[in-house]
Amino acid sequence: MFAFRLDSRSGVPTYLQLVEQVRRGLLLGYLVDGEQLPTVREVAAALVVNPNTVAKAYREMERAGLAAPRAGQGTFVIGRADQVPHAVHLKLAAQLRAWVRAAQAAGLAPEQVRALVTTVLDDGQAPTRADAA
Amino acid sequence: MTGTSALRFSGLGKRYGRRTWALRDCSLDLPQGNVIGLVGANGAGKTTLLQLAIGLLKPTEGTVSMFGRPLRMDSPAGLAEVGFVAQDHPLYRGFSVADMLRYGNSMNPRFDRPGAERRLRELGIPTEHRADRLSGGQQAQVALTLALAKQPRLLVLDEPVASLDPLARREFMKTLVEAVAEADLTVLLSSHVVTELERVCDHVVLLHQGRVRLTGDIDDLIAGHRMLTGPRTDDTAGVAGLIAATHGTRHSHLLVRQPVGMPAHPRWEANPVGLEDLVLAYLARPDTEPPQAASPPPPEPAGPGRRLSIVTDPSAAERQA
Repeated sequence: MFAFRLDSRSGVPTYLQLVEQVRRGLLLGYLVDGEQLPTVREVAAALVVNPNTVAKAYREMERAGLAAPRAGQGTFVIGRADQVPHAVHLKLAAQLRAWVRAAQAAGLAPEQVRALVTTVLDDGQAPTRADAA
Repeated sequence: MTGTSALRFSGLGKRYGRRTWALRDCSLDLPQGNVIGLVGANGAGKTTLLQLAIGLLKPTEGTVSMFGRPLRMDSPAGLAEVGFVAQDHPLYRGFSVADMLRYGNSMNPRFDRPGAERRLRELGIPTEHRADRLSGGQQAQVALTLALAKQPRLLVLDEPVASLDPLARREFMKTLVEAVAEADLTVLLSSHVVTELERVCDHVVLLHQGRVRLTGDIDDLIAGHRMLTGPRTDDTAGVAGLIAATHGTRHSHLLVRQPVGMPAHPRWEANPVGLEDLVLAYLARPDTEPPQAASPPPPEPAGPGRRLSIVTDPSAAERQA
């Protein structure tokens, strides 16, 4: 079952934090299409938050097309057709970690790493150049 | 969940003795099905407001209505709708937990004894023990369980977790949110610690020196305020919705109440503000415009959509940069 968490210092309303975690979970492959989310009561008890807030988050997820209720069963996430499988995510994450370690060893500051990633992403020729390197 | 209000106060005031007003000009509409946090320093009037809300005190002026009806605590039907846990959750010291369940069962028509016994079993609280043999956290849980067993529509808790350690606080709040998830229950609880209310409550009432400083849906309040950081601005009179300003040598932080999505001037960086910072800023505000704050509020709420209201409204000067 998907585990929510809360950052009480972020200044972001609780219900938006919950919505964002489902969105992110789908992007990163922690959540897959058709997976059931915990009930409002379960989330409220686990996080010790107001059940109305959890219900509000679930309504917002439905509005955003991230999840849908099934009568009498609960709320289920809606994955996108082009969702990348979790295994691929894991593999790519491991490769990226190795690359970031190499960048740090070469003396790049986090800001420089981010700038480099952005540049490569923005560059239309990025895949071919990366292959050639 | 929404619709009628659970509690409505109109011009409520309570005076102790001849001139000490514990509460004054209190007009509030507290929505049904919500968990409402009453925040304020010690002596702000929280306990007075709670006791007025459930008829334990008689108001000096103004009226209270509960679920759309004028408050009557002399009728048994009215009493059955309210669960109340007083400060430090007093129990009958010499009674065992089982005695209290028996007593509660015989005194209340809708008492859910099996449910209460199940909850205490889940919490690992032995019912054969006397109340004074239980830990503080267990006593609080027993008091809450007894109040919930009445199956009230309104549960009022006065500083329920002030005397508890962090783990017992969490366990207590967990029992509370589970009860809210299971039943159609409105909760009004007081605290002087904002952080412990932020998660559990969806509505907040801020009391300061016997007056309501701020009230509204917590998400609306957070969405409706932001911190603007930019070059130092000493003339803040023209800033719309200014709540608080702090200045560095070359820059200023302005906490403002502005509608969601209102574009900030490019030289200002806008950041969200947490509930605790918001409450502290409202508490620190001087009573700049006493005539406005003391003016009588409208007898009827301004409309169903208007849940966010700031009582000490800043002078709405035109924004001039």
